[in-house]
Amino acid sequence: MLLLALDTSAAATVALVRDDVVVGRFASADTRSHAEVLAPAVRGVLADAGVAGTELDAIIAGVGPGPFTGLRAGLVTARTLGFAWDVALHGVMSLDALAFDAVAGNATTPDTEFLVGTDARRGEVYWAAYRAPAQGAVLPELVDGPHVGPAAGLPGSRPVIGRAAGLYPEDLDGVPGFTTADPDAASLGRVAHARLLAGRLLLDTSPLYLRESDARVPGPRKRATA
Amino acid sequence: MTTAEPLILGVESSCDETGIGIVRGTQLLTNTVSSSMDEHVRFGGVIPEIASRAHLEAFVPTLRAALADAGVSLEEIDAIAVTAGPGLSGALMVGVAAAKALAVATGKPLFAINHLVAHVGVGLIGRTPADGLPPALGALLVSGGHTEILRVVDIAGDVELLGSTIDDAAGEAYDKTARILGLGYPGGPAIDRLAAQGDPKAIRFPRGLSQPKYMGTAEVPGPHRYDWSFSGLKTAVARSVEQYEAAGLDVPVADIAASFQEAVVDIITSKAVLACTEHGITELLLGGGVAANRRLRELTQERCEAAGITLTVPPIPLCTDNGAMVAALGAQLVMSGRSPSGIAFGTNSSLPVTTVVLPKV
Ligand SMILES: [Zn+2]
Repeated sequence: MLLLALDTSAAATVALVRDDVVVGRFASADTRSHAEVLAPAVRGVLADAGVAGTELDAIIAGVGPGPFTGLRAGLVTARTLGFAWDVALHGVMSLDALAFDAVAGNATTPDTEFLVGTDARRGEVYWAAYRAPAQGAVLPELVDGPHVGPAAGLPGSRPVIGRAAGLYPEDLDGVPGFTTADPDAASLGRVAHARLLAGRLLLDTSPLYLRESDARVPGPRKRATA
Repeated sequence: MTTAEPLILGVESSCDETGIGIVRGTQLLTNTVSSSMDEHVRFGGVIPEIASRAHLEAFVPTLRAALADAGVSLEEIDAIAVTAGPGLSGALMVGVAAAKALAVATGKPLFAINHLVAHVGVGLIGRTPADGLPPALGALLVSGGHTEILRVVDIAGDVELLGSTIDDAAGEAYDKTARILGLGYPGGPAIDRLAAQGDPKAIRFPRGLSQPKYMGTAEVPGPHRYDWSFSGLKTAVARSVEQYEAAGLDVPVADIAASFQEAVVDIITSKAVLACTEHGITELLLGGGVAANRRLRELTQERCEAAGITLTVPPIPLCTDNGAMVAALGAQLVMSGRSPSGIAFGTNSSLPVTTVVLPKV
């Protein structure tokens, strides 16, 4: 199974995953240049692996939650590639990639809950609660979320995976080695692969904005006589 | 690539219209547009985040519909063009990311083009190469996002901004004034309709930047000889309404609408025609959404005729923001042998008209 995965919920990341093996990968530390770097990254990753887009079995897009503009760059890229190549398109919640990394990195205790949190800017974090799988299994189970809110509002006494822990060390109990981690397309692709193998359904590519636009309906004009 | 009559797909997403157009040379094959206008009505203006969300949802369906309407496949396309600016940055980014993905998927060259110049490019649709652009072409662009007068020497590379608004765009002034008058959004059609029943001479509203200190003379131009300002006009309308209300009188909404419209259209056309005559421009193209305005077309026509300028107004669906104009400019760039922009460029929300196409980075 050959999957192209994209996640732009934090950094811009692209990966080519063959079965469970990551055969190509791109990551940019810059969280504000997704529209610039993403297409060259896709072209580069495919060219380096000698793979044509039409050979892909599916494209996997991280659907967030994440800052709007970057998230959209990834989603419109994934949707357009899927259309142009006539390749299947699936979504995976971006925080799932970090949860997968935590389990793969033995940073969680089997059968116990942990939190995943990323930077939502404006003093808030995107977060979700997961249960680590039993010994030997790879996929954690989402038990709550995703949500957006202040770090101080997360359920306490659970270890936190992801950049949110590094940003708000007073409020969150970070797991060493995972306090600056962002969702990565390589892990996202492996999550999708594991789920597809297990015959589980993936998401569509609807974005998880979690916040409304800031637009406000203007009130009526004050009359001079009022 | 057949440079004589290239098949070009254009992508537009700089404001609230998701547009895909396809042209073959100067022949229009499709102008497919999905607008998020309805979602902005209750806010009284375009909300960038709402527009951006709508672009994401509309892109692939609009693309699919455009290809079907034109009866072409992606493989047949010779090149892709996309609006890189000016415009709303988050909105631009959706179209640019999508166009880049199309370029990657198809291997076709991508041109990152200037939205304002594309408004001019649309004027070439339907013309044969022999009767292409006249040597001295002007373009008056009036919309919710812009108010500009351009001189176009070579549409593929030599465009000059002669004047522009220094504050609100004309369309914005219409929206704000309509709100003051309680006429709803979008303001242009509402005011135009009501103005037909009012007296345009009822109230003398100010013509911004028309004083001698701004105008100067043809020999020694002032700092804003061909520029516009509409923020003072909007304030004057608000004050006028307040005066009627304070006096306990009914507000003569139709007269105010007509007088406001007359002030806008008078100053736009007089400065545009002045810029044309002083720069030897003999053909003027009117573009942008406000080109649909009855009074603007009428007075522009009248004053152009008096000054010996030939006026061209493209069909209204080509005046408002759309993908066909992007494709039309893309075709001109391909036909004149310009180099594509690659896929590493960024958007530029304030791209100057002098940059017709972004260079490769
Ligand atoms: Zn426009």
